Amino acid sequence: MVRQPISRLTRPRFAAWLLVLPLFLFSAATFVVPIVMMLARSVQDPELSRAFPQTARLVAQWDGRDLPPAAVMNSFIAELRAARGTEGLSFAANRLNSEISGFRSMLLRTARTLPAAPLDDPAAALARIDPRWGERSTWAAMRRASGPLTDGFLLAALDRQRNDDGAIVRVPEERAVFVSVLIRTLWISAAVTAFCLVLGYPVAYLIASLPAKIANPLLVLVLIPFWTSVLVRTTAWVVLLQRDGLVNGLLQRLGFTDQPLALIYNRTGVLIAMVHVLLPLMVLPLYSVMKGIGRAPMLAAMSLGARPFEAFVRVYLPQSAAGIGAGCLLVFISALGYYVTPELVGGGGDQMISYFIAFYTNRTTNWGLAGALSLILLLATGLLYVAYARLSRSSAASA
Amino acid sequence: MTDRFVVFDGVTKTFAGGVHAVRDLNLDIARGEFVTFLGPSGSGKTTSLMMLAGFETPSAGSILLDGRPLDRLPPYHRGIGMVFQSYALFPHMTVAENIAFPLTVRRRAKAEIEDAVKQALDLVQLSAMGGRRPAQLSGGQQQRVALARALVFKPSLVLMDEPLGALDRQLRERMQIEIKHIHARLGVTLVYVTHDQGEALTMSDRIAVFRDGGLQQVGTPGEVYERPLTSFVAQFVGESNQFGGTLGDAAGMVELDGGWRMPATLAHSIAAGARTTVSIRPERIRISRDDGAPATVQELIYHGDHMRVVMRLESGHAVFAKLLTGAVPDWVRHGAQVRVSWDGRDARALDALPNHRTEEKLR
Amino acid sequence: MIRSLGMRALAALSLCALMMPGAAAARDLTVVGWGGSSQAAQRQVYYGPFTAQTRIPIQEDSWSGGLGVLRTRVQAGNVTWDVVQVEADELQIGCDEGLFERIDWAAMGGRDAFMPEAVSDCGVGAVAWTVGLAYDGARLREGPASWADFWDLQRFPGQRTLRRGPKYTLEIALMSDGVPPSEVYNVLRTPAGVDRAFRRLDQIKPNIIWWTAGAQPGQLLASGEVAMAAAYTSRMYAARRDDNRDLRVVWNGSIFAVDFWVVLRGSSNRDNAMRFIQFATRPENQSRFPTLAFQGATNLQAARQGEAAVAPSLATYPDNMRVSVPLDVEFWVDNIEELTQRFNAWAAR
Repeated sequence: MVRQPISRLTRPRFAAWLLVLPLFLFSAATFVVPIVMMLARSVQDPELSRAFPQTARLVAQWDGRDLPPAAVMNSFIAELRAARGTEGLSFAANRLNSEISGFRSMLLRTARTLPAAPLDDPAAALARIDPRWGERSTWAAMRRASGPLTDGFLLAALDRQRNDDGAIVRVPEERAVFVSVLIRTLWISAAVTAFCLVLGYPVAYLIASLPAKIANPLLVLVLIPFWTSVLVRTTAWVVLLQRDGLVNGLLQRLGFTDQPLALIYNRTGVLIAMVHVLLPLMVLPLYSVMKGIGRAPMLAAMSLGARPFEAFVRVYLPQSAAGIGAGCLLVFISALGYYVTPELVGGGGDQMISYFIAFYTNRTTNWGLAGALSLILLLATGLLYVAYARLSRSSAASA
Repeated sequence: MTDRFVVFDGVTKTFAGGVHAVRDLNLDIARGEFVTFLGPSGSGKTTSLMMLAGFETPSAGSILLDGRPLDRLPPYHRGIGMVFQSYALFPHMTVAENIAFPLTVRRRAKAEIEDAVKQALDLVQLSAMGGRRPAQLSGGQQQRVALARALVFKPSLVLMDEPLGALDRQLRERMQIEIKHIHARLGVTLVYVTHDQGEALTMSDRIAVFRDGGLQQVGTPGEVYERPLTSFVAQFVGESNQFGGTLGDAAGMVELDGGWRMPATLAHSIAAGARTTVSIRPERIRISRDDGAPATVQELIYHGDHMRVVMRLESGHAVFAKLLTGAVPDWVRHGAQVRVSWDGRDARALDALPNHRTEEKLR
Repeated sequence: MIRSLGMRALAALSLCALMMPGAAAARDLTVVGWGGSSQAAQRQVYYGPFTAQTRIPIQEDSWSGGLGVLRTRVQAGNVTWDVVQVEADELQIGCDEGLFERIDWAAMGGRDAFMPEAVSDCGVGAVAWTVGLAYDGARLREGPASWADFWDLQRFPGQRTLRRGPKYTLEIALMSDGVPPSEVYNVLRTPAGVDRAFRRLDQIKPNIIWWTAGAQPGQLLASGEVAMAAAYTSRMYAARRDDNRDLRVVWNGSIFAVDFWVVLRGSSNRDNAMRFIQFATRPENQSRFPTLAFQGATNLQAARQGEAAVAPSLATYPDNMRVSVPLDVEFWVDNIEELTQRFNAWAAR
């Protein structure tokens, strides 16, 4: 008697899981696995040990003082000869080049010019090809890259590096860029979120209070920037915001300013363009929450003696908090990943962290550093999300 | 009316597009009175309430509260307690905070607020629920919180907009009595909007029946039920048999359509020869074997405490009667030939219903 | 019942997966360019005539560079691109990494038929292009003559635009500071030289608008936003022709580089891809390209056969070659990462 209903209940659930399976497999294959692999790269360091397995093992054992012993040099020379013309050599050269600029060409040239005959004095022979082989920092770089795991990329993503003695130090000031980029990324995202909230809240309130016949076309208007291609939008902003653009022309004609303002190719342009693109992500959750609140709470509060402002602050605003939270989270997290817009309408100091992730992924194929930057961005986002979840839960509990 | 606590003076509300929501409303409400605005949806009852609350502005006429015109007074200065159809409780506040709200916006002292909230919670029998959130309460409990919140700042006037609409029947009936008791205990003036005539009859001191933006009748439940002034009221409040006809003479003899004459009481002066509708409450219909017009029993419908007997007169008119279940004689059976009669004073000659169709009314 | 349904779904899925490589095998020869006016010109002189002559249809695609893009495609075994136009640094690293098929130079007419910068084991030079100083003759009556003038804010007030990134920018800074073109990379290879370049950039930093897309310098000059630009010269000449604008190029100190045709390793259309490259670098075909695109031919004979009127607008014109610097690919392969980091740190300050 009891059994039958239970099996009847569970069987469709099993079928439902089966139906979800393709999507699950799809997202695992196209989303989860690549992300995990990308993040794993931030600590993997396989190139050197693949091209020079024995040398990598030996150089890792070297105490780091003076120059490595002859055994290391001999093994290196032997393995370099063997690696000549292989792809592995190029990967190792790329890896070492990100430790010391110029290492790539030095290594490839050394591989080309290394005499075939056995060498009596390997250190001297190498130093003859390039004096940098006689420097301790060259071998220290190889030791850092000997793998199979490294903290070098994560350190680099935080503007830190290991010096030749293996201690963690700051990178030279003229190269320290990632921490300030991360802060800048968070700051721009926060500013965009704040502007979106200030601009989007009244819009959502207006649309939520209008009858559907008027509200629906307005919602479509809100969504249009979302559906427009980045390129078209950006071009439109250039036309509007440039020196002789429409906005400057209008401001000058109205007498607000007598010189054209710099509205684009700087932070202002980035904020304007990003707010424009991300505004729908703020308006839509706000709208859906406000639609659920309706008119009654405000009317009730006023009938109970609250002036409109107090009624809004004490009754409406807290009830729309879920929409504010969702909207801010959506905008903020989307903004963190932006790079096309800042690249096209920003100035030299407006690049966000995704720009560098794309740069190291596509241009220089330093995927370790790209992975490390992604990991830092992911961690920062995750931390903020946890903080938000805590905050909203505790405020829901206390309010 | 000597005490004119609330006065609607020629109040008209026209919405954009020229729709008359309320037309020339004149109504006085006495201090301490329980007045119900009764009517179908779109009749103007809620709009009238909203104008009194201050959420709508009259297009013409004015509303007075305790002698003061309300025209320029915003809702938050009117000091009127209001219970909304959806309760409009604040979900992010506890029950106690909800009830304290009207006092905190008035910047009352903390101790005073605590006292008042406790009293209000006691009044609606929710003393143990102060720390809960509205979402954790049942519908009936939420309703009581809304009530307590509207009463806690001791308003002299309380408005209720279909407050029991969302409750099931049993709870609704219990709350009706409870609200009535609270009204009696606090002596507050109460304006209550509903489309449920039973609710209106149960609770009100007086009922104002609305239709198409105008008042049809104002009176005590007994007056409205027993002596409806219009055929609409007769139909909307309670049930009635209605027959179309022409008034024969001023004494009240009516020529019914289908060739049948009957005496009726005139609800108001109707010219001889004018069209009229005669309305008779079903419980006033007498069924016997020998006295009255011959009729055939067509259907017997069991309603628990009473029985509904549907009959057809020889004239073709359908007529129905309500009999207490124990009082139905055994010869009143399907297909039986009976005779039907009523007192002339129970048959009221009212305004003619347009397109009068007796048949339809029966179904 | 449900189990069999699930099995059937799985079978359908694997069938789809099986069919995908089959679909790839039947795909057309895919040629990937850089879009815009240059690809439009390629379509006219290469793609169409190639298909007309060989009956091999061509599928077009475009990209905006990046070795990582190519590496991902080759490593994933998902080679849906056959012929790609790559920049010199991509050619060099990609060649070392084995991303490209080797070129049979005999089939291409021999290495000697091409300018030396256009010859590689893995690619055949496609075009020679230039970054140079450009300005609007309608706005500047007395135009600048060198990069030094680019820094002269007194004589030429207004904003300038440079490509955002260290490449070209550091070379230009050094040349403006009096380093002769032939010495630029020697100086840049020293730390002091890099410092010198950044110090020089400091002097006009507030006056720089950075461009990222090749179309931007033309727009910025047109709107009067900037007085001078470091721009792709081909785009300036194209705007001169198409939009009737008086854009002018200073060849003195310009930087030229060669783009290459390569075939991705593992291409299923390898033979047709090589045939296409051969077709597109033959003198009679390549000589038609500069007239349309204002980019120089790499085949020496093609360069000679080209329209005489266009020749002075090309990187390969002898007078232009004499005063310009060839981009040092090895320098940038070695240093792009560090200098990009440093550039961005500097730009943000």
